[in-house]
This record gives sequence, structure tokens and C-alpha cells, in this order.
Amino acid sequence: MSETDLPETDILDGDDAPEVLSLPLEGWHVAKGARMVEFAGYRMPVQYEGIIAEHLWTRAHAGLFDVSHMGQLLVSAPESDVATAAAALEALLPADLAALGLGRQRYSLLLDEAGGILDDLMATRWREGFYLVVNGATKWDDIAHLREHLPDEITLTHLEEQALLALQGPEAVMALGALGLQPGFAGIVPVEELGFMQAAPYLWGEVALGISRSGYTGEDGFEISVPAGMAQALADALCAHPSVRPIGLGARDSLRLEAGLPLYGHDLDETTDPVSAGLAFAISKRRRAEGGFMGAARVQQALADGTETIRVGLALDGRQAAREGAAVLADGVAVGRVTSGGFAPSLGHPVAMAYVAAAHAAPGTVLSIEVRGRQLPARVVALPFVPNRYFRKTAQNGAK
Amino acid sequence: MTRYFTADHEWIELDGAHATVGITDYAQEALGDITFVELPDAGRALAKGDSVAVVESVKAASDVYAPLAGTVTEVNGALEDEPELVNTSAELEGWLWRMDVAEGADLAALMDEAAYKAHIAGL
Repeated sequence: MSETDLPETDILDGDDAPEVLSLPLEGWHVAKGARMVEFAGYRMPVQYEGIIAEHLWTRAHAGLFDVSHMGQLLVSAPESDVATAAAALEALLPADLAALGLGRQRYSLLLDEAGGILDDLMATRWREGFYLVVNGATKWDDIAHLREHLPDEITLTHLEEQALLALQGPEAVMALGALGLQPGFAGIVPVEELGFMQAAPYLWGEVALGISRSGYTGEDGFEISVPAGMAQALADALCAHPSVRPIGLGARDSLRLEAGLPLYGHDLDETTDPVSAGLAFAISKRRRAEGGFMGAARVQQALADGTETIRVGLALDGRQAAREGAAVLADGVAVGRVTSGGFAPSLGHPVAMAYVAAAHAAPGTVLSIEVRGRQLPARVVALPFVPNRYFRKTAQNGAK
Repeated sequence: MTRYFTADHEWIELDGAHATVGITDYAQEALGDITFVELPDAGRALAKGDSVAVVESVKAASDVYAPLAGTVTEVNGALEDEPELVNTSAELEGWLWRMDVAEGADLAALMDEAAYKAHIAGL
């Protein structure tokens, strides 16, 4: 037998093999029984006890993910002038950063001149400037792109000494709360009271943590930036809580797929634009009207006219999965292509994301997917496949 | 009955001219949670090395090859509802298909259990 999709090989010992780098928690993962694979240039855990068990554990309790391969960047202007930093970054991405309040986080996109997606990212307004979290596989290109296009007065700092942990699941708030974190400065709410897409600094004893209430699973949860030297101690402290288990990249992928969240390099790339990708929400109202960001002309046109293809969710019957690259057919005619897909552990059947011709994108449309010469029936469904459970503050629970 | 193994992690148990084929415990462990098994139709003629079945895990789909030439006589229908049998019992209840082995089939390339154990120890 042989694997045809994802070779889980870590045999890269030839003289000309690319260098595979270590992350701060590599030894910790191995000690926890992880199966390690090469991913985004690093050795990372793909699974511990098994992808399905880890996936279901995260949906029911809390999972700890090491995402230290991702790029953590700080974009700042002289004297921490946030308005200057916002204006500079707004030339490269379509978020309304000028209006982003302290500690507020936005999902955004780095676009090229043609409106193609160079990367997707999270941008958070810190006191010092804007903190960006970008994808691991694209971070070096992102840094080059930002350095090339940001004005000289803007400082781009790659926070390479920081690890990044994600704690995700309905019990994440309980487990993080149990650490007894102190606010990093006056006026910050207890970490349990952060709203979805809010961030703030906290102290774990003497250790400074940057924490946001966000993630990539569709569950409530947090992302925690921690000095690399303290990452292992923090991972141990979190896993000491009975709700928390370490979770590998395999379940991270199946969780984000169920949550309808696109994966860069698969569901998004330079050939996809934000509108066909279903990410128009990431282009704020003011930026739509004003433009002024790289790729704005194409994006504005797509917003006005629609796009030829649209990213949709597809639900399959049975158990056979459709994976990246599979053709999507309507009455035997190709109308699209799967960009990611697999078995959805929380649903018990396979799901996929695909770009399909706009005429076939309405929920309820019956299509088929060609897999190994067979046509599997598939139905267009609204994303996410599994309802998200983000912690959104409402008047009822005490915030605005 | 004699059980042989391939370098691609199939096992084949020979009982005269009849055989049962599956993937090894080492293979199921490497694949992880198995979610679907695509099996051949009974009656299909197999050449040695043909892709006969596909075992899907959460992450990947993997081909399973014919260890010997022959004809499929039966497939393990239990896997339709319980593909995880390949995880829990790869070398017994999780068998994939039964076949009649072609006359003069070449056993020389197959490994016995000791040779297979040495093979996976070297991986």
C-alpha cells in the first residue's frame, strides 16, 4: 500500500534536503507521544492519541495546539504612533485599522496588485502598533512583501523569540482561568471576560503573555503568545488541567474544515480573490468605498459585479471522502474543484470546500464529486458545517 | 495456512489456492483513524501489484495492492459500516478481500513474518 495524499515522511537526511527546523516545544511533543511530521519547514506533531479522538476532545473539552510555526510580527511607527502604522498597513490590506480600538482583533488578508490573496492573517491593535499573526508556510514571503512595501519609517519586528499556543474548546476558558493570570496593565478585564476577537496582555506570575480570544476551530478559545523559553512550562501548566489535552495538526485541520475556515495554500492562494473566497466580510465598509489598498480595483469590481466562482461547502453522503483537486460536476459537466475535504468527525460524514461556478453555489444545489472514477453525490450547504461557538459579548452577558 | 507479507505492508494468508488479504498492524498504526475502505467487486481479475482497494484515514487515501495475481472471490462487507475494524483488528477481522490465487503465482517476492518484522524494524 502507499499513501497518495499526504506523505507522512520525515526522512529528509539527504545532503540537499531542505533544512527542517525545530520549534520550542518539539521535545515536549515527542515526550507526550506525538507522531512528528515536517510541516511548514518545522517538525510538528500531527497526532497524539488519534485525530478523531483529539478532534472530539476539543469540541467537548479543551485542546492545546502548538502553532509556534506561525509568524508573529509587530508593525510599529516612530514613538508608537498607531495612526501612522495603521495608514502604512492599510496600503497593503483591506481592514479598517484606523478605527480598530486598542485590543481589538480583525481577520484580514495580504493582497497582491491583482487582488490575489498572498496570505490571510490576524491583526490586533496593541499599544505599540499592530500585531500580526501570519501563516507559517508563507511568513518569510510575507515579511519580504511587508518590508518591500512599508515605508522606511515603519518598523517590522519578527517576534521570533515568542512561541504561540492555542487553547480551544468549550472548557478552554475554565482551564485558562485556572492559571490565575493578572492583567498586564490597569483597566484590562479578567481573561475570562475577553470577548471574541479581543486581546490583551496578561501576566502569568512574572511571564508576560499576549492573549486573544480567537482561534481556528470554530470553538471558543484563546491564542497565547508566550516567550519561547516559557512555552513548555505554560503547556505543562495548561495540560495539568483535566480538561486539556495536547492536539495535533491533523485534528487542527479537521476542526477548521468543519468550522468552514479556509486554509491558505489550499482554499486560498494568489489565484483566489477575497470575494470568490467568501471573505468579503474582511473588507471593511470604509475600505470598500475608499479603496487605497493593494488589489483594491479588482476587489471593488468583484464586490460590485460578483465573481465567476464562489467557495462553498459540500456535504457528502456515505463515508468516502473527496479531497483537494477532485472535480465537482453538475449533470456530468465540470463546474468546480475541491480545495479541501475529508471526513468530519463531529458529523460522521465527509465534507469538502470547493470553488464552484456561481450558478451552482446556492445552498441545496445537488452536485457530484468525481473520486477515483466514481461520482459521489454532494449537496451545497452553508458554511460552517458545524455551528461555531465563539464567545460573543452581548448586553445579556455584561458588555456592549 | 501460511501468512506472508509485502514490503508495502499487505498481508496475505494462503490456504491452498485461496487467500485472504489485508493491511498490517504496522500500516493501520501509520495511517491512523480509518474512515472508509473502498473494496473491489467480486470476480475482478487481479494482476500482481494492481491497486485493488483504497483505505482512507482522516488525512489520506492509501492504495492497497494485490500481493499476488488471482481473482477476487469475496470482500469484507463489515467494513462498510465499521471501517475502524482495520484499526482495531488489521490482521484478523479487518481483512479486505479474499481471492483465488492464479496458478503459478510468484511467492518469491513475499516475506515471511520474520522477514517482515526485520523490514519494518529498518524503516
